[in-house]
Amino acid sequence: MKNFLKIFMVVILYIGFSDLKSDEKNNELKNKILKNIRCLICQGQSVYDSESEFAHSIKLIVDRKINEGLKEERIYQFLREKYGDWVIYEPQFNKNTYVLWILPLLFFIVGGAIIKKQILKKNEK
Amino acid sequence: MKNKFSLFVIIIFLSFCFVIFYKGLDNSNIYAPKIEAKKSIPIFKAKDFDSNVYIDSENFFKEDIFYIVNIWASWCVPCQTEHPLLMELSKNKLIKIIGINYRDNLKNAKKFIDEFGNPYSQIIFDSDGTASVEFGAYGVPETFIVDRNNKIIKRFIGPINKKIIKEIKLIIK
Amino acid sequence: MLANQIGYYSLILGLLLSVLLCGISIKDINNNSKQVNQNLLFLSFLQLTFVIVSFLSLILSFIKSDFSNETVFNNSHTTKPLFYKISGTWGNHEGSLLLWLLVLTLFIFLFLIKSREQPKKYRILTLLFHQIIIIGFFLFVLMTSNPFNYLFPTPPEGLGLNPILQDPVLAIHPPILYLGYVGTSIIFSSSLAAVTQNYVSKEWAQHIKKWILVSWIFLTIGIMLGSIWAYYELGWGGFWFWDPVENVSLMPWLTLTALLHCIIVLERRVTLTSWVVILSITTFTLSMCGTFLVRSGILNSVHTFANDPTRGIFILIFLFILIVLSLGIFFLFHKESNKKSNNFFWLSRETSILINNWFMMYFLSVVLIGTVYPIFLDVISSEKISVGPPFYQKLIVPFLIPFLFFMSLGPRLKWIKSRIENKNSLIITFIILVILTFFVIRNLTTDLLLYTVLVSAAFFLFFTTLKELFVKKFNNISQTVAHFGFSLLILSILFNSFLSSEVITNIRVGEKYSYSEGEIFFKKIEEKKESNFNSIIAYFEIKDVNEKTVELKPEIRVYNQPVTITSEADIKTTFLEDKFLVMNLVKGNEYFNIRYQVKPYMIWIWISVLLLSLGGLMSLFTKRYEK
Repeated sequence: MKNFLKIFMVVILYIGFSDLKSDEKNNELKNKILKNIRCLICQGQSVYDSESEFAHSIKLIVDRKINEGLKEERIYQFLREKYGDWVIYEPQFNKNTYVLWILPLLFFIVGGAIIKKQILKKNEK
Repeated sequence: MKNKFSLFVIIIFLSFCFVIFYKGLDNSNIYAPKIEAKKSIPIFKAKDFDSNVYIDSENFFKEDIFYIVNIWASWCVPCQTEHPLLMELSKNKLIKIIGINYRDNLKNAKKFIDEFGNPYSQIIFDSDGTASVEFGAYGVPETFIVDRNNKIIKRFIGPINKKIIKEIKLIIK
Repeated sequence: MLANQIGYYSLILGLLLSVLLCGISIKDINNNSKQVNQNLLFLSFLQLTFVIVSFLSLILSFIKSDFSNETVFNNSHTTKPLFYKISGTWGNHEGSLLLWLLVLTLFIFLFLIKSREQPKKYRILTLLFHQIIIIGFFLFVLMTSNPFNYLFPTPPEGLGLNPILQDPVLAIHPPILYLGYVGTSIIFSSSLAAVTQNYVSKEWAQHIKKWILVSWIFLTIGIMLGSIWAYYELGWGGFWFWDPVENVSLMPWLTLTALLHCIIVLERRVTLTSWVVILSITTFTLSMCGTFLVRSGILNSVHTFANDPTRGIFILIFLFILIVLSLGIFFLFHKESNKKSNNFFWLSRETSILINNWFMMYFLSVVLIGTVYPIFLDVISSEKISVGPPFYQKLIVPFLIPFLFFMSLGPRLKWIKSRIENKNSLIITFIILVILTFFVIRNLTTDLLLYTVLVSAAFFLFFTTLKELFVKKFNNISQTVAHFGFSLLILSILFNSFLSSEVITNIRVGEKYSYSEGEIFFKKIEEKKESNFNSIIAYFEIKDVNEKTVELKPEIRVYNQPVTITSEADIKTTFLEDKFLVMNLVKGNEYFNIRYQVKPYMIWIWISVLLLSLGGLMSLFTKRYEK
């Protein structure tokens, strides 16, 4: 049992070190961002999936901004300023969306509380 | 009376949902980003159509008059329908029309203007579409009105028609 | 034209029969005889017949391309292949409502036949409540969505059907989905009937479980078919987009699964009675809500039907009447069962089922809130936001970890009270899995901690259920198969997402494109003419690092009515991976844009959903309730 725990600790230490080259990282970041942008002239496609004119322009802009060193959130902000919140698939966490993000979690907690009331403690019967 | 209370809460909640959905049905589903408090014209490096040189975008809007920004392309069919109206509009002394040639081939664009006329005082050559993105446009044709303070005050998606021309004329007075 | 008249008047007769059935039911309830009035059975069958006749008349109009019928005019064309003329019947709003009516009337008739041992008043009340739903739909169809509107003069040609809907999978997707979706109506009606009769008991649970299973199986397969269609037809290789219409079919599935688990408890113990009724009401309400969201124009989606706010208002009012009615009945009639029997020992199977419900309700809240919140925000503050895949993934994926654990542990617990045997061996197994998983997925993802634990949890469920299958514990085989299927589903989705790769490039005929994992050769182009489209077929040879080649032939089709251009992907499927190639035109030159994807384990996603349904099917055929 002790040996397993030791190995487990070593494993934990390794976690978090992913070793991708920076070029690949840029590409991954670009794809991640493009998948999060809505193609405004398509029917429910992301800019990543679309080959439309609009998608091509956006892809160029995102590429440029990544090379300029802009962070992911800043790029989204740029697009939100131009097109409104609707263009980004992931909703922000601001006064408009507190309820959106927190309500489900509230449900989870309330559900847990209800369950707890149903369950007898270990010693009782 | 716990039952009565929860029943009351449920009824209130359901009525609320009903009202929301009822109102939601009226809302338009075509997404047109709001023009909130007039936005300034975007600042970026724009390629001039005639000189083929990059200029700061503000230089296109230097004069103290109203500007009409029209996004067009030689391959865009509705652009041909609205073109005569633009030609008419260009005769108006109160405004100047800036064209943004969207994702087009230089030769084809020049042919288009030669054939149908040039209503534009200046044209931005937007071969990759990024200038249009700076304006918050997503397709072609689109038209914007820019006031004397270089603020975008109105946006029209799709080809302009006689009604829109009337509206423009009212605004620029 | 005659078909039009027959179809229309059949619907009117069906509606009249509903009224008649209600009247006779009410009389029969107060009647003291032990048997249900045989007329009710006969009239219910007659009603079903009228709906079938109406449905067949519409199909006939489609087959004959009878454009004097407005629905046929709007949705068909003479050059469409026969198969799609037929399936086009239910691919539009009006026709799909006939499908609703068909399933509604079919299920109540089958219910009456299959419930002869059930108490008489319960059966009649189920019929009565169900007829209220049926009347609502008859009125909806006749007042706002008549499939038999007459056009004069008769147009010579129709407007055609959207070509992406002309697909065999999409042809059978609605009927199967509706059998599940609309099938929840019978659960709704019978639960309400049971409440008024204080019949929410073990016997009722054993009887209604079959209906829940049937509905659940069809709903599961129906959703899967929709995903398969999206994968093959929409051309970008995805199969689930958290699109509002998809979410709307998932929500009743979540509550139905929760209900299924609760009914397993109710079979043995009179407990959770109020919750079972609430779930039954909620499931059908969600189905109706889904109908509202999809057909009223309130939501923006690639799947929505032609939108019409008047229809939306009708469904909205109808929906709220049903909710108020059902909640009213619940509050009026429900008797709280003995408090003592409602408490569970913490380590028991009852508790694990409660936990299942807890998580299901959470997942439901995520999907429901994500789908309707933009509507609320838009109405209240005129702000338009998108709630897309990242939202759902962030809120659901982490919770899958405990969920999978409870799925492994729950079935091992005994009813009422239990101990966990082999605690240590379980913990050791899990730790080994975590270590192995870590090494396997180390280079595949950046969210390493989250996914290591998630994949390990899925593997844990996978191996525990696999062990039970091999050790030949046949007591609970249906549940084991279903849970095994679920673990396989999670694993296939995760590994498919980790290991999928994509190459995007512009290429022209005769060119070879080399990349790190192989080479794509654009051999040639052929043109083909079919009855309602012309196509360009491109032949590609793709060579991988091991020099193995595969030929893929994506198409670009130009349909004639309405004039649309579509890309048809070519997919080669093996048990190990799918090779997916789709092609798009590039404006103005002879280049074509291609996207080549390699998607490992894709077919296992579909197989695992089938396993899930198989578990349900096996449960349907088990004679006694499982131990």
